[in-house]
Amino acid sequence: MNNKKVTIIIHSGDFDKVMSAFILGNGYLSLGLEVTLFFTFWGLKTLKRHGFSKAPLSKMNMLGLGRKMINKKLKKHNVASLEELAKSFKELGGKIIVCTMTMELLNINKNDLRDDLVDDYGTVGLYCVESKKADINLFI
Amino acid sequence: MADQITTVVDCINENCPMPLVKTRKAIMKANTGDIIKVIGTHPQSFDEIPLALDSLGIKIIDKGKTNNNWYIIFQV
Repeated sequence: MNNKKVTIIIHSGDFDKVMSAFILGNGYLSLGLEVTLFFTFWGLKTLKRHGFSKAPLSKMNMLGLGRKMINKKLKKHNVASLEELAKSFKELGGKIIVCTMTMELLNINKNDLRDDLVDDYGTVGLYCVESKKADINLFI
Repeated sequence: MADQITTVVDCINENCPMPLVKTRKAIMKANTGDIIKVIGTHPQSFDEIPLALDSLGIKIIDKGKTNNNWYIIFQV
């Protein structure tokens, strides 16, 4: 165990970008690092119930058609779903913090968010404290 | 060697990052001294699991490929 820490800000609410965030999170956790994800702005919307399935592709979404096509490809190549990635992220000890300022802005309550995923709530200060301790900080 | 293996982690037909994740989960559940064998088919996973083991300070006992499958054996 090397005790290195990683923080990743998920600002984007796009399906492919949130997927990248969770794949990276799983990757770092698999190497023995501690990982905290900080969801803010559009990223926060994906943590609402059914948020994963509503997230659009960052490009070529084509009103959801692109998203459907990508999902078909992911299934064909036996790639883990966003749901599976989030689940294994938590099982490996990953932490998820949600931005309370965004919650106010977008009118999102604690009850709207998935309590199986969210560990803590905070504003930018909490994130900054975590990222100050971290060796790797990413913005997605 | 076969009778010394404590756990087999089957990742056949699973693709990145799941073999990596399953290997990590097996290590978390294992007791010190357990010997774990991971088997899979995804070529990239055969390359990346040793990177994770190195990061965790775990030494590989044996690894190799047979037909389309690969295996990695290590001790926790």
